[in-house]
Amino acid sequence: MPKPESVLCPSPAGLYCPPGDFYVDPVRPVARAVITHGHSDHARAGHGAVLATPETLAIMQARMGDGFAGATEAVRYGQTIERDGVEITLVPAGHVLGSAQAVIRAKGMTIVVSGDYKRRRDPTCPPFEPVPCDVFVTEATFGLPVYCFPDDGEEIAKLLKSVAQFPERTHLIGAYALGKAQRVIMLLREAGWDKTIYVHGALANMNTLYERFGVALGDLAPATTEKKKDFQGAIVIAPPSATQDRWTRRFADPLIGFASGWMRVRARARQRGVELPLVLSDHCDWGELTGTIGELKPGEVWITHGNEDALLRWCELNGQKARALSLVGYDEDEGEA
Amino acid sequence: MRAFATLLDRLAFTPGRNGKLTLVRDYLANAPDPDRGWALAALTGVLSFDAAKPAFIRKAVEARADPALFAMSYDHVGDLAETVALIWPTKHGSNREPELSEVVDALRSASRAEVQRLIETWLDALDADGRWALLKLLTGALRVGVSARLAKQALANLGGVAVSEIEEIWHSQFPPYEDLFAWLEKRSDKPSPDAPGRFRPVMLAQAIDEDKDFAAYRAEDYAAEWKWDGIRVQAVNERGKRALYSRTGDDISAAFPDVMDFLSFEGAIDGELLVLREGRAGSFGDLQQRLNRKSADAKLLTKFPAGIRAYDILVDGADDTRSLTFADRRKRLEHFIARANSPRLDLSPLQPFGSWEELRALRADPPEGDPQIAEGLMLKRWDSVYEAGRPKGPWFKWKRDPHLVDAVLMYAQRGHGKRSGFYSDYTFGVWREDANGDRALTPVGKAYFGFTDEELKQIDKFVRDNTIERFGPVRSVRADKDFGLVLEVAFEGLQRSTRHKSGVAMRFPRINRIRWDKPSREADELPTLEAMLEK
Repeated sequence: MPKPESVLCPSPAGLYCPPGDFYVDPVRPVARAVITHGHSDHARAGHGAVLATPETLAIMQARMGDGFAGATEAVRYGQTIERDGVEITLVPAGHVLGSAQAVIRAKGMTIVVSGDYKRRRDPTCPPFEPVPCDVFVTEATFGLPVYCFPDDGEEIAKLLKSVAQFPERTHLIGAYALGKAQRVIMLLREAGWDKTIYVHGALANMNTLYERFGVALGDLAPATTEKKKDFQGAIVIAPPSATQDRWTRRFADPLIGFASGWMRVRARARQRGVELPLVLSDHCDWGELTGTIGELKPGEVWITHGNEDALLRWCELNGQKARALSLVGYDEDEGEA
Repeated sequence: MRAFATLLDRLAFTPGRNGKLTLVRDYLANAPDPDRGWALAALTGVLSFDAAKPAFIRKAVEARADPALFAMSYDHVGDLAETVALIWPTKHGSNREPELSEVVDALRSASRAEVQRLIETWLDALDADGRWALLKLLTGALRVGVSARLAKQALANLGGVAVSEIEEIWHSQFPPYEDLFAWLEKRSDKPSPDAPGRFRPVMLAQAIDEDKDFAAYRAEDYAAEWKWDGIRVQAVNERGKRALYSRTGDDISAAFPDVMDFLSFEGAIDGELLVLREGRAGSFGDLQQRLNRKSADAKLLTKFPAGIRAYDILVDGADDTRSLTFADRRKRLEHFIARANSPRLDLSPLQPFGSWEELRALRADPPEGDPQIAEGLMLKRWDSVYEAGRPKGPWFKWKRDPHLVDAVLMYAQRGHGKRSGFYSDYTFGVWREDANGDRALTPVGKAYFGFTDEELKQIDKFVRDNTIERFGPVRSVRADKDFGLVLEVAFEGLQRSTRHKSGVAMRFPRINRIRWDKPSREADELPTLEAMLEK
């Protein structure tokens, strides 16, 4: 069998497929790109041609405007297209709306670039589908055994209990604009919170887009028009940066929460001045990462970025061939985790 | 265990006192007996364990996790107990989660070896938050920012009673406090406070309002004495039971064996705990060497001998004297102290005066001796009974004027709750000359009150406009010889400190005035502060 690097190899612009002449999630402008999902560190403007799911293309257009790429090609989940003898299939990754794994088949070999993914249920997107492969390319954002995320329901219950305990305060929850915000809203709806949820202006765009793709978010209102007192007892969702700043002054005695996998470690929560950490991530925790590798048993695991040392160590202990690509340009720390 | 773990988790992240009170009250209202009683005992420090040393816990986790992965994780998390709580592998099909009371029962009765085996099975059965709470409980200090006083206040809120009622009966009650909860939930009568050697809630003074109060009250109705700069204590010896309590009823006997040995009386007195050397009071800094310790070694006892300067009597022999007037109690106290004839017990003398004006002059220029290091004066109405709490009128405190210093704002930290979105905690510094003769600012304190809401907005804007660097919730602001914001800081006293870079630490610093007008280079210098150090 040929070397997998002849089908896909790391380069400064990102993962490159020489026979198909395209990049996956390139970090600088290229002629042809396959984009796994719409987060800004994966989906950038200025490529010649972009291939992605219809949802991801819509997200890119909404965030970057009409001219974000020279040409676009929408490929539905499960649909296979061919590029110079290379087959590309997009398969659900379970990360955010439209997120996909890029399954690349060439020279008798299958390489799966999983992008960002998670294994637990998400009411806003279809679940990750495991694809048997020779090389599995994974991230390792939460690649340490301390990252074992609790059940989503418990975290949402924690929020609702706090709202009941502190009805005079405004619960202001930081959540990333694409994916996390809508997931938190949906989880609240599933837990029976049917009141109006107030949202920061920066989320309106993505909320509308999710609704257009059939994710019914319930009664939302901008967190701008009401009087201070009217937000008492309310839940407000905002981008994390807004919960840290002057914007919060419009609320009476806000109680600040943050929905992120990073909240698993106390020091991180304390550092951000978070009073209600909610451990909710759109990435895999340690168990999901190692479980996925154990389930797929690929010939090789390639780790793009994150805490790769610990995941490499796990692969070594479990007789799994693995290498770290140490790609740069993907957020590890304060990104959309 | 789950509810207790959730409580500790929320408390650890909740900065505000009111928030903590709500969390503790709600827990106590909803958790069953006897779990909640044990939780209360842990929160008030009545119960503390030393069942597992970090080395044991580390060994146990390394038997379950790869040492290299553990090392990487510890490095990432930075706290041993938290790393262990997070990394401990979940054991599917292990026993059900233990209840808090089961854990406490076992820790109180089982042998050390048996406890260690149990700890591992508990860790297997709990989730990450439960493991974290268990490890905190096992290693002694909860450190979730809850004082015994706060826990008692939450208990008082639960029952809709005054916290002094809780304090009054606290020392006759024992964990898991089922009688106490039964009373607070109106299922039974108030438990009897009749335990020999118990704590009696203390009477507190109002700060005097010089503009109004001197016109409203007559000088001849009041006695005056110096306000000693130590800590308020209650010393009790009743039917063989001796105890020394802080003003909130915490039993601090173990840390003061030198005082305990000399409580050779029958009754209860109210006074100031001071370092006393042959009848002369030491500074608060001296006393601080003895505070917040669980015990005291011989060297400390010799260097900083403690004693009590008594100013009131609550029990004289078999008589509860709290319903007598201050004049009558004072006579009793004088006889009582003379009878006790103890080298660690003296009497706080009354300061005679004829008029408020005369007293004002005394306060401004205290006589030779201990009054010169007093915090100010206390005024007590001759006809007042001893009443728990802080009634308006019978007792006043009249503190001496604070020290003032002009310092430069160096760092600002974001606040919480109502101050969310504002930089409201300020670290300030004064000028100091380094070895090369260059002047640089050195931080001398931190203050977060003393300013109006309007001033907060102005300082916040200054911080944002002049930020140099950000570290999490903290910003450093421009502060050099040509530019900076000068804050006039008021404080009660200054002590040497080895923990602060400047070598000094302030007591009760607050922002007195914002000196927008004053150039930063004209702020005070460290030697000016050093001259204010308490001797």
